[in-house]
Amino acid sequence: MVKSWMPRLDFLADGAKILLNLWEKISGNSYKIQHHYYQYIGTKRVRKSWWRKLLVIWVVLWTLVSLWVFWYMCSQAMEKRKETLASMCDERARMLQDQFNVSMNHVQALSILISTFHHGKSPSSIDQGTFARYTERTAFERPLTSGVAYAVRVLHSERERFEKQQGWTIKRMPEQTPVHKDEYNTEALEPSPITEEYAPVIFAQDTISHVVSIDMLSGEEDRDNVLRARASGKGVLTAPFRLLKSNRLGVILTFAVYKTDLPSNATPNERIQATDGYLGGVFDIESLVEKLLQQLASKQTILVNVYDTTNSLHPISMYGSNVSDDGLQHVSTLNFGDPFRKHEMRCRFKQNPPWPWLAISTSIGILVIALLVGHIFHATMNRIAKVEDDYHEMEELKKRAEAADVAKSQFLATVSHEIRTPMNGVLDLDVTQQDYVGTAQASGKALVSLINEVLDQAKIESGKLELEAVQFDLRAILDDVLSLFSGKSQEKGVELAVYISDKVPETLIGDPGRFRQIITNLMGNSIKFTEKGHIFVTVRLVEEVMESIEVETELLSKNTLSGFPVADNHQSWARFRTFSQDRHTCSLLLSSSDVINVIVSVEDTGSGIPLEAQSRIFTPFMQVGPSISRIHGGTGIGLSISKCLVGLMNGEIGFASIPKIGSTFTFTAVFTTGCSNTSELKNHQINKQSSSVASEFRGMTALIVDPRTVRAKVSRYHIQRLGIRVEVVPDLNQGFSRIGSGNTVIDTVLIEQEVWDKDFALSTPLRSSMLAASLQRAMGVGNRVNCRNGERPDLSLRYLLAGRKILVVDDNNVNLRVAAGALKKYGADVVCADGGKKAISLLKPPHNFDACFMDIQMPEMDGFEATKIIRAWNTRSMIAFNMGNCWWKLMKIVPRKWLVLTAKFAYKATLFIDDPLTSSLRCFCDLCIRHLNASSCYKCVPRGWESLLNFWRVVHWCARDTGNSKRSERDTARGGGDGSRRCGDGVRVALLHDLRFESGGAGQSVPGIVDADLRRTEYPRLPEHRRQAHQPPLPAVPSRHHCRRLPVPTAATSNSPASSTPSSSAKFIFINPTKLIRIDV
Amino acid sequence: MDSAVLQLQRQLSDYKSSLYNEGFLDDQFTQLQQLQDESNPDFVVEVVSLFFEDSERLLTELTKTLDQQSVDFRKVDAYVHQLKGSSSSIGAQRVQRVCIYFRNYCDEQNVEGCLKCLQQVKNEYTLVKNKLETLFKFEQQLLAAGGSIPMQ
Repeated sequence: MVKSWMPRLDFLADGAKILLNLWEKISGNSYKIQHHYYQYIGTKRVRKSWWRKLLVIWVVLWTLVSLWVFWYMCSQAMEKRKETLASMCDERARMLQDQFNVSMNHVQALSILISTFHHGKSPSSIDQGTFARYTERTAFERPLTSGVAYAVRVLHSERERFEKQQGWTIKRMPEQTPVHKDEYNTEALEPSPITEEYAPVIFAQDTISHVVSIDMLSGEEDRDNVLRARASGKGVLTAPFRLLKSNRLGVILTFAVYKTDLPSNATPNERIQATDGYLGGVFDIESLVEKLLQQLASKQTILVNVYDTTNSLHPISMYGSNVSDDGLQHVSTLNFGDPFRKHEMRCRFKQNPPWPWLAISTSIGILVIALLVGHIFHATMNRIAKVEDDYHEMEELKKRAEAADVAKSQFLATVSHEIRTPMNGVLDLDVTQQDYVGTAQASGKALVSLINEVLDQAKIESGKLELEAVQFDLRAILDDVLSLFSGKSQEKGVELAVYISDKVPETLIGDPGRFRQIITNLMGNSIKFTEKGHIFVTVRLVEEVMESIEVETELLSKNTLSGFPVADNHQSWARFRTFSQDRHTCSLLLSSSDVINVIVSVEDTGSGIPLEAQSRIFTPFMQVGPSISRIHGGTGIGLSISKCLVGLMNGEIGFASIPKIGSTFTFTAVFTTGCSNTSELKNHQINKQSSSVASEFRGMTALIVDPRTVRAKVSRYHIQRLGIRVEVVPDLNQGFSRIGSGNTVIDTVLIEQEVWDKDFALSTPLRSSMLAASLQRAMGVGNRVNCRNGERPDLSLRYLLAGRKILVVDDNNVNLRVAAGALKKYGADVVCADGGKKAISLLKPPHNFDACFMDIQMPEMDGFEATKIIRAWNTRSMIAFNMGNCWWKLMKIVPRKWLVLTAKFAYKATLFIDDPLTSSLRCFCDLCIRHLNASSCYKCVPRGWESLLNFWRVVHWCARDTGNSKRSERDTARGGGDGSRRCGDGVRVALLHDLRFESGGAGQSVPGIVDADLRRTEYPRLPEHRRQAHQPPLPAVPSRHHCRRLPVPTAATSNSPASSTPSSSAKFIFINPTKLIRIDV
Repeated sequence: MDSAVLQLQRQLSDYKSSLYNEGFLDDQFTQLQQLQDESNPDFVVEVVSLFFEDSERLLTELTKTLDQQSVDFRKVDAYVHQLKGSSSSIGAQRVQRVCIYFRNYCDEQNVEGCLKCLQQVKNEYTLVKNKLETLFKFEQQLLAAGGSIPMQ
């Protein structure tokens, strides 16, 4: 047993090994496949096409399989059907054969009977009557035999004897199948012709008794049968024929009867010799088959035909309907014992084969399953692809989110740094308290502007930012912005210039605050990154730029403001929609007369933007590099805000930048001219300007000598604004010849510094107001002071203070003396008081003080308390100025921490809301208004002021006229074209200016114009509804140094007469756009 | 011009710039000097003597107040504030600076620190007083020699 198991176990072990190997191979393959999958099918597209192919192959394969299954099952069913048919057919054939044989045997038995009793006995014991009776009575044995007859062999020699013996002559068989007719007359038949032998019928069953005496050999067919039967010794069949009586098909079976018992191998001749007679039986084949079929089951299902196929070409139907059908049929051969005759049985199913439902359902099932699997596969692949796509998308989003997060963190870090710096300024207050009030103010301002920037971004992000549409003067805005940056540009030694095309209308309707913000932002960036060269702002109309595209490109490369190369500004707007559209078709936007399409370029010669950073320059919080915020400060959202704002103005922004060469930012903005009567407005504007700034110069002619056209263009722009006609020549020789020609009188010659190498330079950006002042001074128009450089600030103070009666209050003698000395120095009439109480007694109305400078911190009664009391007497007559550092800074010598109270000013003032002093000062005010930004101040400031204010940083201060209408009446009466008339809600603005005297540059303010304009000064009113709408401009975050400079009031009144106006002999000013040179001739 | 006067002028300006450089005086003093003109020829000396007077009074008061058992810091603060104000008015920078520290100690109610600062203030005051007196002496010499005081 054990032994016999061993090989088996071995075999099993082998099998296990093989299986194991196989598994390893498969799993290895699957790893491989995975590996391949990632390696080769890694790319999505390849993978996709791969699995699509696979899917198609899969579907095709399974369709083929299901078709094959269908075919296979069908053929199986057919085969089975065939088999069934064959077996049934064979069975029937066999049975028929058997039945027939039985009948045949009976006939043969009859032949033996005759042989025994007719031929064996002599005389015969059988006659016709006996035979007929016998056959009739034994007919049940031969149910299929309709009748039997016996014909005896008669040789010719025996004919006569035979005929005598029988009593009838041998008759010839009629032509037409005589055997089967019952009613023909035997007598009428003619006797058989003489032949060698005869076979007359002697016995016949009653049913066919009419054939008696007919010679069987005389019928053609019967003769054949007879001859074949006696030769073969077997039963012989005739071809089927129709039986007369029953009209059924039948055959005649013929047996030979022999004299002696012949051996089975007897020759035909022997048989012929031994023949005695012939026995024939008529078979009813049809009923035979019918009976047989009735005996069998399932007769309904098949159709049976029996044919005599002796002549294979013309089979004779023996049974069955003659329906030709190509369908399935089975043929079984029948052997009825006659070797000559051939019979066969053909079987067919009655019904057509049923539909192969099983095959159909199976194959369809397979197909469905395969398709389902394919679908699942497809869905899975799709799912995988989708998930993968999602995954990539998520990854991308994640990356972006991370980048945004990083940017935001950087932003936060920067912001917190930016917040901390001014905060430090605030916190430092603890140490040096009041000294740093000013710091706090400036810090607060910086903080507020920073927060505003952040809020802007937030507003833009939430889509809440809306632009307003008010009338504004674009030139004035650019003047302001320029002045804002002039300090910084001077520090760095960078030229700053602006040029506005004549075609740009005086006034536009739009959002000046936002426009200013964009420009401030771009210029702020430029100034941050520019250490040498220039920053040049150009404002033109889009149409104008488009017209001059070709012309300018040639000039651009060399001819720049400072001579440094710049980035091509065409590239900065090359991708603008406006241009690409308009080059082909004139856009509707441009053609409409109301719409003004302005294009502004800010060109600098700074460090440029690194190429890799250029793509994200407009992304919020993205700075060029982390070091940028460290070096230059800023939050990195300025440009993105600008982009949004430009978008809101229906414009576009773009830039061109070349590292180490510079950047040019260009944006377009769409404004409207607003009112329909443009010309009227223009006239109005021109009148206004000329009346306020440049009336003195109207009609004058100036000659500019400057080889550089861009610079000359800028100069010309500014000078023309003053109403002066300008001519430009490139060099001095031409200039001299021009002056010499004497066609027109040249009032002024302006010679560029390069041309006239002089070192007496005022380093200031060229602005109309500045120019006006210089020209005023130079040409003897307006009010001027002949002064030395060093004395200029003092002089401006002198005009402020001269003749004023001022009360100075301080408990500190030294301070008091110094302050008094200082104020006296500037011509003020000073009265001193050493405490609050004394001040009160002096200020008790009626009094004639113009102003009161009071220390805040004093024993007994401090400045606040005193102010409160004074204000209680007459609310109209007081204004409280926080002196902090600023007054001291202004005058350099007056002690700190003063309050100034003046009776002349009918204002109650408040400070920054962020100002730590505000809360304490609030008691002086009826209304505390949020700080007012410079841009909205500008709006309300009359024209003359606007240019004046360019010298100062206009800061904050709002006051409200609560008092009676006396002053307002006066304002209204003299309102004229100034800005105060525009705002009629009774709120007044006091402007605090940083006079910036301490920053050292002697030429930073021009006393002449200060005087001239101050005397015309009005305090304009600020419209209430505009107050909130404006954001402050975005000044560069001031350094600590700048924070120290604080706003001071310009306390100008309208009743102080101008001081002496010594005439100047200056007739020539030599300028370039950034430098003013004045020479006294 | 006389070489002696020139010499004196140079000495004076050297001395002055040393005062600025060593931080005894600041810009305020220059401003003060600028306020002095024909209509007010002795302005600087006047103000400075006023400062000396005031300061000596304040220092005495401070010494007295700080000597007491329970120091009235508010009083001390007020005095130091005054001293700081007047010193900054004439540009006595170093005195002013010590005053700032002084006030800090005062806020902290630190008697020891206050006393230390008082000592420092006294030292600084004496120093600046000597320096200023020397300066005035130079100026007088110069004026006596017939020169004019150079403005900076």
